[in-house]
Amino acid sequence: MARVGGAALKTAGLALVLAVACALPFAMSGFRVFQFTQVLIYAIAILGLNMLTGFNGQISLGHGAFYGIGAYTTAIMIDKWNIGYGWTIPVAAAVCLVVGFLFGRPALRLEGLYLALATFALALAVPQILKYFEHWTGGSQGIVLSKPKPPWGLPLNEDQWLYFVTLGVLIVLFILASNLLSGRTGRAIKAIRDNHIAAEAMGVNSALYKSVVFGVSAAYTGVAGALSGIAIAFVAPDTFDVFLSFTLLTGVVIGGLATISGAIFGALFVQFVPNWAQDISKAAPWAIFGIFLIVFMYVMPHGIAGFLRLLWIRMTRSAVMRGKAEGEVQ
Amino acid sequence: MSLTKRFLALLLVLGVLSLAGVAAAQTVVGVTATEIKIGNTNPYSGPASAYGTIGKAIGAYFKKVNDEGGINGRKINYITYDDQYSPPKTVEMVRKLVEQDQVAFIFQPLGTPPNSSIHKYMNEKKTPQLFVATGATKWNDPKNFPWTMGFQPNYQTEGKIYAAYVLKNVPDAKVGILYQNDDYGKDYLKGFEDGLGDAAKKLIVMKQSYEVTDPTIDSQIVNLKNSGANVFFNITIPKFAVQAIKKSNDIGWKPLHFLNNVSSSLGTVLKPAGLEASRGLITALYMKEVTDPQWKNDKAYLDWVVWMKKYYPEGALDDQFNAYGYNVAILLAHTLKQSGNDLSRENIMRQAASIKNLELPLLLPGIKINTSPTDFAPIEQEQLAKFDGERWALFGEMIDASKK
Repeated sequence: MARVGGAALKTAGLALVLAVACALPFAMSGFRVFQFTQVLIYAIAILGLNMLTGFNGQISLGHGAFYGIGAYTTAIMIDKWNIGYGWTIPVAAAVCLVVGFLFGRPALRLEGLYLALATFALALAVPQILKYFEHWTGGSQGIVLSKPKPPWGLPLNEDQWLYFVTLGVLIVLFILASNLLSGRTGRAIKAIRDNHIAAEAMGVNSALYKSVVFGVSAAYTGVAGALSGIAIAFVAPDTFDVFLSFTLLTGVVIGGLATISGAIFGALFVQFVPNWAQDISKAAPWAIFGIFLIVFMYVMPHGIAGFLRLLWIRMTRSAVMRGKAEGEVQ
Repeated sequence: MSLTKRFLALLLVLGVLSLAGVAAAQTVVGVTATEIKIGNTNPYSGPASAYGTIGKAIGAYFKKVNDEGGINGRKINYITYDDQYSPPKTVEMVRKLVEQDQVAFIFQPLGTPPNSSIHKYMNEKKTPQLFVATGATKWNDPKNFPWTMGFQPNYQTEGKIYAAYVLKNVPDAKVGILYQNDDYGKDYLKGFEDGLGDAAKKLIVMKQSYEVTDPTIDSQIVNLKNSGANVFFNITIPKFAVQAIKKSNDIGWKPLHFLNNVSSSLGTVLKPAGLEASRGLITALYMKEVTDPQWKNDKAYLDWVVWMKKYYPEGALDDQFNAYGYNVAILLAHTLKQSGNDLSRENIMRQAASIKNLELPLLLPGIKINTSPTDFAPIEQEQLAKFDGERWALFGEMIDASKK
């Protein structure tokens, strides 16, 4: 009984979250809508990285690079060939999937920290490479785009429209990720993380899985980059620096490793906490941010999603206990 | 309620809301009887944080203005946010300033990429993006971007000034150029080549470039020497300017050496490179260099030092950026004073575009700021200076790039 109730509750909870997400852009100013669009974009990128780091146990310090490649794919397609922005998102995903897979193949022979360093190199290299192909990328001047207008005469402004586009993409990608990570494939991915020798003994092709996960993860981050290019309406190479990669990794860990919902919490954290830190102290915002980070890690060692899950288990367990106790009285 | 009725009700609500919006727009945004709200972004953290002192110096100057009673009875409420020199952050912070904090306008946002990312937005919102802190050429485009205005002389202008000098004074010139391979370097290069005109192909014997990430430029200097060039146009940022001056001195190459204004600082370039090795360098200046001994007893310089000590004691007295911030804040204060009691965005822009012969304390004597509805480039004069081993000795007349 309790299980069925739990599932129903979960569905109701999801529906509520979705309803709130849909109502949000009508209750807020354009600037806030823009901020929440950025949260959704970060959430997609963080989910991508979480697949790799949380579920598959590989550390990447270079996902900012894929974010950049996604953003530039979109920007160049719109700027040079006048292609509709909607078409550029799947292309950005495909480009990043291929680049991620190809980079993943050799790099994944490296384990743990060595992979982290190899991806770090990627993060360092991409901004410079973007500057090098100036004819396409506009060099360090970047590319200026136009914000898309809402189609079909919808009674939405540009910010609201972009928010719903991003929300739609996010929902599709979250469902795909949840399917991918829950079934047989998901078990294999996690098995490699927990003990890759045992996983291989069970017949899991570790190298193939790892590079596919790397590719998919890069594709997610690339989609986020593409959306960010559209939302900001400007791309410049130095945006996609090492700091962005670290930001994404921070989001993964704070949100909760190996959780899907954690991506949302992580995104909220990396979007809003630096701003709060700046409001608290103009002189040393990053010191304040660091304190937030340490407090969060100390109080919620399994990230925000892990903390909420723990809270939920405690609450339901005590409810079950109470139910049992009442039964005994009767 | 049927669906159409609901839809109509929604439309009605939206209609009322937009009417309310129109009504709100008629009052002047960011201005009350006692206050004017101004927004700014600067890189206080991140790789470009050395520039952040400009944003702080501006705030310190407004503190002085407020202590003295404000402008036309209004105190300046200066809100500045860190954008880390990152365009997405700039967009977010500028939107916060415009839409949430409801500032009257954005003043001196810093950097070419950050300004590019808000260029369209500011002009769509019809909100001034005033006196931006970048030397790119595109900010002077009143026809397409009537809400954006530059401040400092642009790099192309300066390149043209050197070219004019070469054409006039060096009959058998063979020019070697070293430039940074990005928009900054290419802007200078373009100005220089345009200035030489048809003679460019004949006079320029070699062009060498470097990446900002290169460890050294020694081999480029050797190549330039071997090309037989007797004129050297040195388009480098301070770190590489030091190397270039040292290396050419070490290998005994003594060309007529033009050093771009970006690296004209005594403290950060010429002293580390060696004052003796720097003798004979030529640059174009528009500001009084605060580390140059020739201004040591200058009244404007002394005023600046007094202000620094009182309002910005944590700022460095040998940092030229603090003089830059001081200058541009004075320019804004002047613009606001000139706007009188009409602080609507239209009038602020109109006044910014009608500044006549304004001199700022830390600009070179004789430089006058002039703007008009078709000229959105406030500082367009520079003067050549030769380093005499101790200070930049100004020579020749003030060169005005706006006059052809």
